[in-house]
Amino acid sequence: MLLSVKNLSTEFPVKKGIVRAVEDVSFDVDAGEILAIVGESGSGKSVTSLSVMGLLAEPGRVAAGSMEFEGRDLATLSEKDYRELRGNDMAMIFQEPMTSLNPVYRVGKQIVEAIRTHEKVSKKEARERAIDLLRKVGIPSPEKRIDDYPHQMSGGMRQRVMIAMALACNPKLLIADEPTTALDVTIQAQILDLLRRLRDDTGMAVLLITHDLGVVSETADRVVVMYCGQVVEEAEVRALFDHPMHPYTLGLLKSIPRLEDDDTKRLYMIKGMVPNPLEMPPGCHFSDRCDSCMDICRTQMPKLVDAGGRKVRCFLYEDADGHVKSDAAIAEAEAEAVADAEAAREVETAEALLAGEEIREAELEELGKDEEGIR
Amino acid sequence: MLKYILKRILMVIPVLLGVTVIIFMITRVLASDPAPVVLGEHATPEAMEAWRADNGLDDPLWLQYVNFIAGAVQGDLGTSYYTHQPVTQEIAARFPATAELAVCAIIVASLLGVALGVLAAVRRNKLADNVSMVVALVGVSMPIFWSGILLILLFSGILHVLPSSGRVSPLLQPTGGTGFFILDTIMRGDWTALGDVLVHLILPTLALSLYSMAIITRMTRSSMIETLSADYIRTARAKGLSKGAVNIKHALRNAMLPISTVIGLQFGSLLGGALLTETVFAWPGIGKFAVDCVLKSDFPVVQGIVLLVAVIFVIMNLVVDIVYAYLDPRIKYGAKEEG
Amino acid sequence: MSMAKNKLLATEPAPSGEALLGGKPAGASKERRVSVWKDVLAGIVSNKAALASAIFILLLAAIALVTKFFPQVLPYDPYAQNLSESLLGPSAQHWFGTDIQGRDIFCRVLVGTQITLTVGLAAVAISLFAGVLLGSVAGYKGGKWDTVIMRVMDMMLSIPSILLAIAIMAALGPGIEKAVVAIGLVAIPEYARIVRSEILSIKENDYVAAARVIGDSNAKIVFKHVLPNVLPSIIVRATLGISTAILDAAALGFLGLGVQPPAAEWGDMLGRGRNELFRAPWLMIFPGLAITLTVLAFNLLGDGIRDGLDPKARKR
Repeated sequence: MLLSVKNLSTEFPVKKGIVRAVEDVSFDVDAGEILAIVGESGSGKSVTSLSVMGLLAEPGRVAAGSMEFEGRDLATLSEKDYRELRGNDMAMIFQEPMTSLNPVYRVGKQIVEAIRTHEKVSKKEARERAIDLLRKVGIPSPEKRIDDYPHQMSGGMRQRVMIAMALACNPKLLIADEPTTALDVTIQAQILDLLRRLRDDTGMAVLLITHDLGVVSETADRVVVMYCGQVVEEAEVRALFDHPMHPYTLGLLKSIPRLEDDDTKRLYMIKGMVPNPLEMPPGCHFSDRCDSCMDICRTQMPKLVDAGGRKVRCFLYEDADGHVKSDAAIAEAEAEAVADAEAAREVETAEALLAGEEIREAELEELGKDEEGIR
Repeated sequence: MLKYILKRILMVIPVLLGVTVIIFMITRVLASDPAPVVLGEHATPEAMEAWRADNGLDDPLWLQYVNFIAGAVQGDLGTSYYTHQPVTQEIAARFPATAELAVCAIIVASLLGVALGVLAAVRRNKLADNVSMVVALVGVSMPIFWSGILLILLFSGILHVLPSSGRVSPLLQPTGGTGFFILDTIMRGDWTALGDVLVHLILPTLALSLYSMAIITRMTRSSMIETLSADYIRTARAKGLSKGAVNIKHALRNAMLPISTVIGLQFGSLLGGALLTETVFAWPGIGKFAVDCVLKSDFPVVQGIVLLVAVIFVIMNLVVDIVYAYLDPRIKYGAKEEG
Repeated sequence: MSMAKNKLLATEPAPSGEALLGGKPAGASKERRVSVWKDVLAGIVSNKAALASAIFILLLAAIALVTKFFPQVLPYDPYAQNLSESLLGPSAQHWFGTDIQGRDIFCRVLVGTQITLTVGLAAVAISLFAGVLLGSVAGYKGGKWDTVIMRVMDMMLSIPSILLAIAIMAALGPGIEKAVVAIGLVAIPEYARIVRSEILSIKENDYVAAARVIGDSNAKIVFKHVLPNVLPSIIVRATLGISTAILDAAALGFLGLGVQPPAAEWGDMLGRGRNELFRAPWLMIFPGLAITLTVLAFNLLGDGIRDGLDPKARKR
């Protein structure tokens, strides 16, 4: 096991209270594995990755739990030891390739800096290695592009440079925080392909943070689904896509448009909004938005339980004491969740029609007022 | 790059012409007749008439202006109404004093300002930040002449450790040379005199730099805070760089872009401040001279000084633009042609 | 903190500086104007330093009015000479001491608020009016108008403002109204620049285009749609501009170019006391303190207002 995160909680004290961005999150990453963490913005997936890297922005802090990297607990690491790990055994790339590179230095210099921070090599040698790295991540004529400034490169090229920089010291774990979100679809595929190929070649593990289930299905081996700072489901990628268990995962999957969809029906949407982190509903965080919500969900927080080689946090699959239900009951619950979601879509479609009328009326009225105002 | 610089130099010319028009309007149109001031209230009308004719003041305005420009191009800015010396000579005698003071002040202001600003940004909302911000706020709120007076009161009046006026003790004054006393004394190896010159510089430099330092501190702080939250700072930290390397090599290097502009602008404002500082410290530079000449309507000198200051200001702006282009590869390599 | 917070609340629309850039739909200009002043007030009230400054400024204004219309409340006549009491140090009778003519400095400092506040406000009014006018024309009309106006502004900016003000004062002769004019004139370019650049960014907004499509006249568009959106930056600039004007006025007074004797003006008091610096430091300390505190108050007020108007600036 390369990275083992156990019961991690990360908090941000703000004026009105404490925001618990990550709550009791546990997961493992094996060597050579691509683990995806999926969730909406605000689900705590980025904060989780920054916690692992020790790069939390002030005043964020790890409040509880442990993170073991190759058996060493990161929480007890001195700042200096952490620094030696960062960019060396543990590297990270970010969402915004356009702004993640320092605009005033040539890309080569930035890669060389990464190498020479951790290894005692001559500038010349480091430059040779930087060129090799650029070639490895698929940048054409790297001996020329190494002297480019970031603004002279496209977004896709810059993300490749970021990856090259991350690979500089042959990391054992690469954390990729939404690496393709800011890129064009065709470039996205190339970058994901590159990540997978690098994993195959070097055997490094990848922790892929994303909100995009498409990216997950193409790239990951295993998936952790996060909602409001908690892990709600964890499974092998095929299992998750074939049989989503948690109503939230189900909702995410159902809200992806498909060609074979019935055009007369509206696209499924998870109702409501992500709750304010300071005003979480009591009980299950997802209860307000859940189509299968039961009474217990509003008063008690379900536990993350093992259910046949995967994990889920939902009272459909466990009893009030946190014991997982029988296989038959689970299968039944799964079917129930699917039916609930379908019913919700029907209702939604009808309501949307009515709401549409109201909005149109309101708009007309508003328009009338404006006209008066201008006169 | 060269083309860019040449283009900028060409753009300077109309600005300078405009400056001469403005100052000409003020001294020759807005101002009342200088003759009674220069010759005294009781001079005869004939004497005044003759004096005006001597100084070309009865020519039509446009001719006066053309004469002035024609002279200025050849380095002739006219003669003083009082000393009858060429204005260029009068200015040249006093300019080194002002230049020395202003350069010292801008160096002190920049070093202290950037240091305090970085400190404040890095220790945001902590004690160092609050102290820096209070210092900066007081710095921009104190009249520049009052801070000078307080310094004199404290260091000369109460503590008796620093001189309150002049550039150098009379006996040690270097003669000949460049007029830049620091240079002159160093070239001559006269270390006693150099020490004396530096001691005389301390208070005026402090007084003059305070305001600019405050402005630079505020600018540095906000610019640093902005860059510190940039994505590339996170990247630098993810590389495993130390805090110092991240703050200086990555954050400050980028924050310096707007800071360099402010420093350039502050040099212009320093020259204005020098008017007051020099008056307070009896510093024999063009600032004090300008005030004296304004008060006694010695307009050719006033014109000359304003023109000189404007030239310096414009050159400083040019230098800042070039430095900026040097610091920011996005300009040098043409990502944003012409701001 | 801000970064983390933004991250966490990323699902909510970020409270950006959009308000400042005028990202509001058509027809909102009237409400905007009201909300701008509400924001100003909120900025002052929510910021302790700004609130204290506002109270201090109101106090100064009260002092100015009372001493102007009810001079009998003052224990001494601030203008009458009394040579037998010349250069007395601070005491129970004369809190701030007396000057060389034996006048009570405390009274003169109090009376000095009249000139200082008047000059500050009047000078800013001049630069505000001319600057907004020139900046609007340059920004809105563009083309030749823009080039000519902004070139002239550049020329004015390349002369240090205090030097320019002194030259204008020398030409006009001493007098407080003339100081107001000189100080007001030299600050015009700053306002013109701000207004112009704001207008350039607002001009391209859809609601301005919409107004043009409806067929509103240029003047109407500028006054109804554009200027209200420039208002926030102008309010901030003008508040900070009062401090600059007060400092400039004090500098002119210090150089002997301001008021005529026996008027009480802080800068003038400093200038006249300078020869007695070591003998009677109170001549210098109290008027200087008065200037500094007043300028400080306007600076803090301006900062507070800016924070109220631009939530983004608050983080800095």
